[in-house]
Amino acid sequence: MGLIFDIKRYCINDGPGIRVTIFMKGCPLSCVWCHNPEGISRFSEKLYTRKKCIGCKTCVDVCPQHALRLEPTGIVTDKELCTLCGCCVEECPTLALEMCGTARSADEIIAEIEKEIPVITTSEGGVTFCGGEPLMHPDMLENLLCRCGSLGLHRAVDTSLYASPEVVKRVMSCSDLFLVDLKMMNSEKHVAYCGVSNELILSNIRLVSESGHPFFIRIPLIEGVNADDENMSRSADFLASLENQPEIVNLLPYHDIGKHKHEKLGTIYNQMGLRMATPSTERQAECIAIFEQKGLKAEIGG
Amino acid sequence: MENQMEGNNQGLSCGVSNGAAAGTAQTGMNERIKRLRQQSYEAEPSLSIERALIETEFYKENYGKYPIPVLRAKNFYEICRLKTIYIGQDELIVGERGPKPKAVPTFPELTCHSVEDLHVLNSRELQSYHISQEDIDRYERDVIPYWKGRTQRERIFNHVPDEWRAAYEAGLFTEFMEQRAPGHTAMDGKMYHTGLLDLKERIADELEKLDFMNDPEATDRQEELQAMSISCDAAILFAERHADLAEQMAEQCEDEKRKSELSRIAEVCRWVPAHAPRDFWEAIQMYWFVHLGTITELNGWDAMNPGHFDQHLAPFYEQGIASGTLTREQAKELMSCFFIKVNNHTAPPKVGITAKESGTYNDFTNLNIGGVKADGTDGTSEVSYIMLEVLEELHLLQPGCSIHISSVTPDRFLHAGCKVIRRGYGYPSVFNPDVYVQELLRQGKSLKDAREGGCSGCIEVGAFGKEAYLLTGYLNVPKILEVTLNNGIDPLTQTQVGLKTGDPLEFVSFEELYEAFLKQLHFIIDQKIRVSNYIDRMFAKYAPATFLSLFIDDCIKKGRDYYDCGPRYNSTYIQCTGLGTVTDCFSVLKKHVFEDKKIAMKALLDAVAKNWEGEEKLRQFVLNRTPFFGNDDAYADQIAVRVYEDLVQAIDGKPNTKGGYFRLNMLSTTCHVYFGLMLGATVNGRLAKRAISDGTSPSQGADTHGPTAVVKSLGKLDQVKSGGTLLNLRFLPALLKKESDIVKLAHLIRTYFAMGGHHVQFNIVDTETLHAAQERPEDYKDLLVRMAGYSDYFNDMNADLQGEIISRTENETF
Repeated sequence: MGLIFDIKRYCINDGPGIRVTIFMKGCPLSCVWCHNPEGISRFSEKLYTRKKCIGCKTCVDVCPQHALRLEPTGIVTDKELCTLCGCCVEECPTLALEMCGTARSADEIIAEIEKEIPVITTSEGGVTFCGGEPLMHPDMLENLLCRCGSLGLHRAVDTSLYASPEVVKRVMSCSDLFLVDLKMMNSEKHVAYCGVSNELILSNIRLVSESGHPFFIRIPLIEGVNADDENMSRSADFLASLENQPEIVNLLPYHDIGKHKHEKLGTIYNQMGLRMATPSTERQAECIAIFEQKGLKAEIGG
Repeated sequence: MENQMEGNNQGLSCGVSNGAAAGTAQTGMNERIKRLRQQSYEAEPSLSIERALIETEFYKENYGKYPIPVLRAKNFYEICRLKTIYIGQDELIVGERGPKPKAVPTFPELTCHSVEDLHVLNSRELQSYHISQEDIDRYERDVIPYWKGRTQRERIFNHVPDEWRAAYEAGLFTEFMEQRAPGHTAMDGKMYHTGLLDLKERIADELEKLDFMNDPEATDRQEELQAMSISCDAAILFAERHADLAEQMAEQCEDEKRKSELSRIAEVCRWVPAHAPRDFWEAIQMYWFVHLGTITELNGWDAMNPGHFDQHLAPFYEQGIASGTLTREQAKELMSCFFIKVNNHTAPPKVGITAKESGTYNDFTNLNIGGVKADGTDGTSEVSYIMLEVLEELHLLQPGCSIHISSVTPDRFLHAGCKVIRRGYGYPSVFNPDVYVQELLRQGKSLKDAREGGCSGCIEVGAFGKEAYLLTGYLNVPKILEVTLNNGIDPLTQTQVGLKTGDPLEFVSFEELYEAFLKQLHFIIDQKIRVSNYIDRMFAKYAPATFLSLFIDDCIKKGRDYYDCGPRYNSTYIQCTGLGTVTDCFSVLKKHVFEDKKIAMKALLDAVAKNWEGEEKLRQFVLNRTPFFGNDDAYADQIAVRVYEDLVQAIDGKPNTKGGYFRLNMLSTTCHVYFGLMLGATVNGRLAKRAISDGTSPSQGADTHGPTAVVKSLGKLDQVKSGGTLLNLRFLPALLKKESDIVKLAHLIRTYFAMGGHHVQFNIVDTETLHAAQERPEDYKDLLVRMAGYSDYFNDMNADLQGEIISRTENETF
């Protein structure tokens, strides 16, 4: 059973219309710039937000393992002792401690989605599954997609396509749109930045394209990583060469919103100290032009 | 609670400046409009004692000689005869209430400002009104002595029972009519085909028909009708004086273009308001004279309002375009001149509690754009789009504008409105005719009258041109709970202001507590109604509005005044404030004290009594572990629905003095800040003195599930039973960057309206901008903020109100 780490409403950038987005935990990639680092591990994790903590020590007192202590820097959890039982999270009055990733039944998730149906209907929106990597949980995903389908909802899956072709085919058969992340064309760099090579991803993109399944391509645009002419041109060539091209290519300028989440996780953002920057507006326009020259529809944001 | 809104999407940058940078106007202001706008924007509000001097002189000479309605009409005539006439350079639409823009007259017959009041008004930091020492001296000598003991305010305060006064001073409610006249109405379309001379004929007919043998009220009717007729003469004279001045100015003018404009102004003012207007220009000037008349005879709340101005003007526009006598540019220029005129008319200065609860220069003229026609079809026209353009380009405090979005309203219009919303000026607000027509029908209006109705002032609904729908004051609902939890005592003043409904520590169930709350609620509302009814009669007897009565059906036909049963419909509103706060308080009590028994009542009340000092853990617990209103959460929303239904029960249908009924609406304007100051800490974790929730919005920061959850929660209230609800949603500009975001905002609006929402308005700002504006106000003079039913300049707000704006939930999605 896969874990859910967030359900968000009024999502206006995850596919057509206004959508509910379901965040499924666990990802086979570990991109340096990841802005949902709490979604990478497929297991529950405890998050701690220092600025919310009032130092009341409720968590210290309720922990059956005595795994917590209050230090001048805030609450410190001894990960050796912690069993992730959630007692501290239950009792924390300020929500400084939170559990990231909980098992939710399909009924519960569908009930949350149903709450948003009025605005989904008016806006011709839908449901988007993202993560993490939703394809890591094919059974659960398939079940939820089918149930959403029977409610008449438009279903999008936001994915890296790093999964077996069989899983991709299964999920295609019960969804309406893929939002496919494409990081970069150079496989070695892909390994370096994302932890895995990109061959499987590229072949799955071809698979999706050949099957005629509607898809968008989303490329994080990062100065110093992939916003160079070479990668842009290669990406555009690749997409232009597909049998069915993506409906749109969304270039998403880099931001470091994910940074403070590492603090919550007790991890360090961009440990290797790689240079990553937001491309200038001019550069963004140049990148768009590269895709448009190949006859692809492209825009900033999405 | 900031982390709840973060999410997945890459690509949206967050550092966006104030919405003012987004979008560009299709065509800019022309040079004339630029100059007029600048002049209006820069004019300092000042007090003019001219009206008070004319009136005092007149009363000294004539009080007792005439029946009251005739006295009032003659007084109005005298003001129209003697006041300074102003025609500014560049102006096309003419007429000012005072001797120059933003010069506000006083109304000593209602409230006579003391010398001290005048000094305070002249020197106070916010909403000051300049007045010279010479004028203050003259006021002291020639105005104040006469009115001592004779003002409406003194009549009221000499009468009110002690327990009313205690509750009023404790901040349980406010009273609108203690220093301004009842107003709150808007015009229908009749003035565009009926001149004042036509009305005089109609009045003469009614006088002819009076039956002194069989109608015991015939004499009263005669006096009122005579007074109405004099009021027509007064307004015609006022217009003639403008025509005279324009002619004189034309004679002396050397610039040929301006000379012909002045001649045209003279021609227009000779024709309207005596006759029905013949073209677009005259139609606007017609309305403007009527507007000025109503705000000169008295200082009614919410100034005056043309109602569905676009619908009224559309035939003149179309006729002008078809005959080639009007271009779109000319129409837009005239509309701009009209907007600037409204902006020139600053609200009359308030004192005392009323100044605290309504501290603003805004006088709440709320233009209704779009909506439906009397036959239910779409009411938008090219004039609607012109008005949106003018609104966007002028970017002034007044007039307030609202777009009215029915299911028959085209998306094109909604999107055009949303684009102006994105600019972050705070305007326009958005109303739902499909719901307010039902509200009016429920109140007993005919279908036609309901559809011709709309929203004026802030959010209150009425049958335009046919109804007096008087707002009487705000009710501090969370304060009623505070009094309940203190067995009838106001903990801030330690006075008994409510009933002794029992020691809260002895309540064994939530129901017992809730019953006690209901008893207090009925007790307080009944006190308020008792005094409101008294005040109503005081206005009917001493301050009839004989000019306004001309335009509200069926005053002429009945021979009765606007304040005295003349209108076809007569509603009296009490505005209930703080639904979000009181719901959250009840949710804390119900869940933690009575159901889960996690918190003892005594511990909670002790914590509140010491303003949560030393109780941060408990405060955080209730803040973070309680279902709050605005999250589409059934537990909290059911409580909100229950409180709302009980407010309806307590107010709706109680008779007023005019054959009509009391109704509730859920408006707060800025009163939620004043009410917060009068309220100790509350059990929902709110600290003492902090603002309570506004309108029907969730408590500040309580909504953590995004705007759709908020509208879903509000959609559970049966809003048709109110005379208006109010929802403020704050959006950061980042949410409205792309054209597709505009479309999604439109969908959000349509969704809320399909669920029965009455109104929604948007604050498009970012916190950074607001903090910067607090630090360097001089750099942010243009920063207009929309909240709780009106717009204001951020810099004109006090620190409390600024803090309130900043603390409101930021619906930021990444």
